[in-house]
Amino acid sequence: MVRPISFTLNGRPVQLSVDDERMLLWVLRYDLGLTGTKYGCGAALCGACTVLVDDEAVRSCATPLKDVAGRRVLTIEGLSPDGELHPLQRAFHDGHAFQCGYCTSGMIMSAHALLLRNPHPTRAQIVEHLDDHLCRCGSHVRILEAIESAAKSGPGGAR
Amino acid sequence: MSPARVVLGRRRFLALTAGSGLFILFRFDPLAAQEPAHPPGRPSYPTDFNAYLKIGGDGRTTCFVGKVELGQGSKTALAQLVAEELDVPLDTVDMVMGDTELCPWDMGTFGSLTIRQFGPVLRGAAAEARAVLVALAAERLGAPAARLVAEGGSVRDPEDPAKRVTYARLVEGRRIERHLEKVPAKAVTAYRVVGRPAPRKDALEKVTGKARYAADQALPDTLHARIVRPPAHGATLKDVDTSRAAEVAGTRVIRDGDLIAVVHERPDLADRALARVTARFERGAPALDDENIFDHLVATAPPGETVGESGSLDEGAKLAATTFEHTYLNGYVAHAPVETHSAVAKVEGGKATVWASTQAPFMVRNQVAEALGLAPKDVRVITPYVGGGFGGKTGARQAVEAARLARLAGRPVQVVWDRAEEFFYDTFRPAAVVKIRSGLGADGKICLWDYKVYAAGDREAKAFYDVPHQRTVAAGGWGGGNPPGMHPFGVGPWRAPSVNTNTFARESQIDIMAAEAGVDPLEFRLRHLSDPRMRRVLQAAAERFGWRSGRAPSGRGMGVACATYMGTYVATMAEVAVDKASGRVRVGRVVCAQDMGVVVNPDGARQQTEGAVTMGLGYALSEEVRFRSGEVLHRNYDSYEIPRFSWLPRIETILIENPTTPASGCGEPPIVCMGAVVANAVHDATGARLLRLPMTAERVKGAIAKG
Repeated sequence: MVRPISFTLNGRPVQLSVDDERMLLWVLRYDLGLTGTKYGCGAALCGACTVLVDDEAVRSCATPLKDVAGRRVLTIEGLSPDGELHPLQRAFHDGHAFQCGYCTSGMIMSAHALLLRNPHPTRAQIVEHLDDHLCRCGSHVRILEAIESAAKSGPGGAR
Repeated sequence: MSPARVVLGRRRFLALTAGSGLFILFRFDPLAAQEPAHPPGRPSYPTDFNAYLKIGGDGRTTCFVGKVELGQGSKTALAQLVAEELDVPLDTVDMVMGDTELCPWDMGTFGSLTIRQFGPVLRGAAAEARAVLVALAAERLGAPAARLVAEGGSVRDPEDPAKRVTYARLVEGRRIERHLEKVPAKAVTAYRVVGRPAPRKDALEKVTGKARYAADQALPDTLHARIVRPPAHGATLKDVDTSRAAEVAGTRVIRDGDLIAVVHERPDLADRALARVTARFERGAPALDDENIFDHLVATAPPGETVGESGSLDEGAKLAATTFEHTYLNGYVAHAPVETHSAVAKVEGGKATVWASTQAPFMVRNQVAEALGLAPKDVRVITPYVGGGFGGKTGARQAVEAARLARLAGRPVQVVWDRAEEFFYDTFRPAAVVKIRSGLGADGKICLWDYKVYAAGDREAKAFYDVPHQRTVAAGGWGGGNPPGMHPFGVGPWRAPSVNTNTFARESQIDIMAAEAGVDPLEFRLRHLSDPRMRRVLQAAAERFGWRSGRAPSGRGMGVACATYMGTYVATMAEVAVDKASGRVRVGRVVCAQDMGVVVNPDGARQQTEGAVTMGLGYALSEEVRFRSGEVLHRNYDSYEIPRFSWLPRIETILIENPTTPASGCGEPPIVCMGAVVANAVHDATGARLLRLPMTAERVKGAIAKG
C-alpha cells in the first residue's frame, strides 16, 4: 500500500510516500541513493544487505519498509558521518579485511550490531554471529581479526 | 576463445535463429567467450609508455591499465610496480582500470597473469618513462644524466643541491614524445616499494560503502530490467503473455527477438511485474543429471590429445610389480560471487556506454558492438569495482542484455541478475573424469604413469614427478571446442581452471601408491622429485607444519599435496578431523608454501592464499551443482553451500624467497591442492579413500563403511 512512512535514517528524519510492502534494500538503494548496502541473494541468506534497525542487525532485502516505520535505520553511510572512520571501519581498512569488498558493508554493520550488544565477544561468539554472512573471496580470517582488533580498541568499537 | 572465434560464433547463432522464433542456444552463444585456454604468447600491448602513464602538473601519476580489480589487490600491486620503476611515492599513483576508452587494450583479468604477464609490460613502460624524465632533467639542469638521481618524483644532482627538478615541472602535463630503446628495469636488489606490504588503494572506499560497483551507477532515468528466463537449458519458448505486467504501474515490456523483459524505474517493482508474466516453454534437453553426467562426459568428449609423453607405456607396465587403476570424479562447481552479474547501459547517438561487472572489458566491448551492430570504437565499457569474479565474469551476457534493452528503451537500462539467474547462467567449472593407471616397480619407484583427463582441460595435467614411462592425454576442456551436447549448460574457467581437477587426481594417486609402498607420502614424493623449487616448497611446508614421517593411514588426519600452476610452485599440508559417525570433515589447519618468484606485495600474496585456501574448502567438501534435464536445481545459497566462518581452519602461508625468478601469479595457485590435500588427510584419518569431489559427509561416511 502506498502511504507516507517516516523513520530515522543515519540520524536524520526521512519521510517517503511509497508502497510500504517494498523491501528496505531497494528503497535505500534506488529511492534514497544509498548504494553502500548491497544485493546478494534477496532471501536473507548472504548478509550483504545488512543494516541496523534500532541497533539490531537486519537483512534489508527481507525487511518490508512498513517494519521500519518510526524506527532508527543505520546504514554503512551513517557509520562515519563526520568522515572519521568508525573503529570497525578503521580495523577493516588497516587489516585489509576484504578483497572484492562487496560483502564488506554487511560484515561491518553486522559486527557493529554485535559489538553494541557484546563489546568484547570471544572468537567463537564472532564466528557464530557471522556464520550466516557469506564472503566468497575468503577474507574470513582477516574479518575475524579486524573485529577483534576493533573490540580491543574501544568500548566495543562503538563511539 | 579468440575474438575472431566469437564473431564466427555470433554469425552462426544468427543464421540458426533467423526467422525461426525464439531459441535459447547455448552452444553457439557469442556470450560464452572465455578466458583462452592457452594465453597468447605475445599479446599486442601498446609499446608507447604514454598509453599507460600520465604525469600531471600536480605531480600525481595516473596509470591506465585494462586489467580490473576483482578484489585480488591488483590495483595496489600494479601501482607498486609503477611507483618502483618510476621512483615516485606509492600514494601519488592513481590507477584507472578496465575502461576501454581510457586504457590500452588488454586481453582480460584471469590466469593469475596480471603480475606475471602484464607486470613486465608496465614495468618496462615506467622504466622508460623514468629514463626519459632523467634525460629531460639533464638538459634542464645542465648536468650529465648518469650523475642524476631520481627519487620521490624528482630528479636531483647529488653534487649540487641546487640542481633539482620535479617530474611535474619537467612534464607540465604534456605528452612525452621522446622514447628510448631498451631501458632496463630496476634490479630486484634496488626495490624499495615492490616486495613490501602496501596499503590497499581500494580500502577507504570499500570500508565506507563508497566503492561503486556496476549496479551502483546512478544514471538519471535508469530503467531496471527483469528478463523472462527459461526453466531449463535447452528449453524453447512456446508462448508468452505479458499483458498482466501492466498491473504494476509504470511497467514497460520490451522485446528484442529472444530477449523479453519488463522494465521499471525500481528493480523490485520490475520484479513484481515479471511475476505477472506467464511464459510456456518446451523442454528439450536430454535426461542428464549430476550422477549420470560422468559416463556421458567420457562418451562425448572429443578425442584426447597427448600433452606429454616419454618412454613407453608397455615398457613401464612390464616393469610394474604393482599396478594401480583409479577413476577420479568431480561435479560442476559454481563461481557464486556475492555480486551477481550486473550492468548498466546507455545507448545514444550511435554510441553505447556500458558499466559492467566483468573480468574482460575489451571482450565485452566487442560483444556489445556485435549485438548492437556498432563498431567497437563506438562502444565504451567501464569496469567499476567487481564484486568477485573467479573466472565467472569473463563473458558478460548481462552487459549485452542491458545494451540491447537500452537501445529499445531509449533510456539507460540496468540489468542485475538475481541469484537464481546467477546460478542458471553461470559458466561452471566442468564436471570431469580422470583415469589413471600407474605402476610401482620392485624398487619402490614409479615406473608407469598413464593419465587421461576428460572435460577438465590440460592445464598442468602433465605430472612433474620423475617417471620413466609416462603419457598424459587430455580430452576436452573448459575453454571451448567441445562437441555440442557434451555439457548441458555453459562451462568455463573457474579459479585455476583444469588444475583443481588434475591436482586432485594426481596427488590422490601418488598417495595411494605411497601407502601401498609403505612409505611416508612426503618422503615418497621427494624420492620422485628432482626439481629443486618443488622440493623446496614441500620441505618448507613440512617444516612449518611439523610433518612427522609415517605410513598412511596413521590415524592422525594429516595430508600433503603439491602442484605447479603457470610458473608458481605450491605445496599444501592439512590436518583434518573426521566424525566417523556422520562422515563430517573438519579441516583444522592448512599450511601452504609457495614459490612465485619475486613477491610484489607479500601481504597481498598472503591474503590471496588465505582466500584461496578458504574457497578451496568448498569444492573439496560441499560444492557441486545439482541439475536434472537442463534445470539447475539451485536458486540460491541455501542449497549450494559455500564456506562459512565456522569452517575456517588455521591458515599459515609461507612465501619462498626467490628474488632472482620473475614474478608469477598467486591468486590461483594456493587453491589447487585443496581437494587433494583434504582427500589425503581424510584417508590418513580414516583409511577411507575418496575418489570423488566434493567429499560430502554422506560420501565420506559411505567410504568409511566400505572400508
